[in-house]
Amino acid sequence: MNTVPQFDSLKFGEAALKLRSLRHELLSSNLVNADTPNYKARDIDFQSVLMQRLSGQNNTNSVSLERTHQGHIHMTSSVQSPKQMFRVGVQPSLDGNTVDPDIERGNFVKNAFFTEAAISFLGSSFRTRLSAITGQPS
Amino acid sequence: MSLLGTFDVGTTGLVAQSLRLNLIASNVANAESAVSADGQAYRARHVVLQSEARAGRVGQGVRVARIVESNAEPRMEYRPGHPLADSKGYITMSNVNPAEQMVDMVSASRAYQFNIEMMNTTKQLMLKTLDLGK
Repeated sequence: MNTVPQFDSLKFGEAALKLRSLRHELLSSNLVNADTPNYKARDIDFQSVLMQRLSGQNNTNSVSLERTHQGHIHMTSSVQSPKQMFRVGVQPSLDGNTVDPDIERGNFVKNAFFTEAAISFLGSSFRTRLSAITGQPS
Repeated sequence: MSLLGTFDVGTTGLVAQSLRLNLIASNVANAESAVSADGQAYRARHVVLQSEARAGRVGQGVRVARIVESNAEPRMEYRPGHPLADSKGYITMSNVNPAEQMVDMVSASRAYQFNIEMMNTTKQLMLKTLDLGK
């Protein structure tokens, strides 16, 4: 069963880290709005968005550059923000808020852990390349 | 970088929750305030929280949309000897419900703590990112 296609490790690390930090922000806004009436908890489908980004964005820019002069090169981002989905509330509250702080905190910590993992994987693939270039173990 | 945005989101949470705590302190302090027959009684104040979308960002912060005064009936206390008592011997107290305020306070202080925890985690992740490749 081949579920994870092979990608360039730097590209994979970049995409994963970007998406992890985006999800980090999304989960933090859920936690911050835990007491806001009618706020609906949101999340992304990490796996499908990551696959979509890795397969679709091979030769396009992932960042947009601001142009302050007409001579500047036009570079816009082709990456659209991922589709956000609403979490189904386990215990809906009377004020219409669907944030379950326990679920959100669990997801937040898990996401932070995987962000750290993504950082260290990316760092080690940098080090691998560096030792290949210099010929010395770093 | 979205991690930086988390700090903004966390900050809005801290601001909103500390305002909420401030109002709770004011309510608790005035729980036993008595008013004269012609004066306005102290009314419990509550924040109305609202999520705040930020342009070009996924995370939504929170803000205090407005502050509302409770419409609950003021408490009447029978104290015939009191200088502020009306003709029947009752004085009007504030409409603050101490139990409600305590519950609200626990909720606000917990939310404040979560925010700080969240920002600490974010800070650690950012420091780790700075060490990338070392």
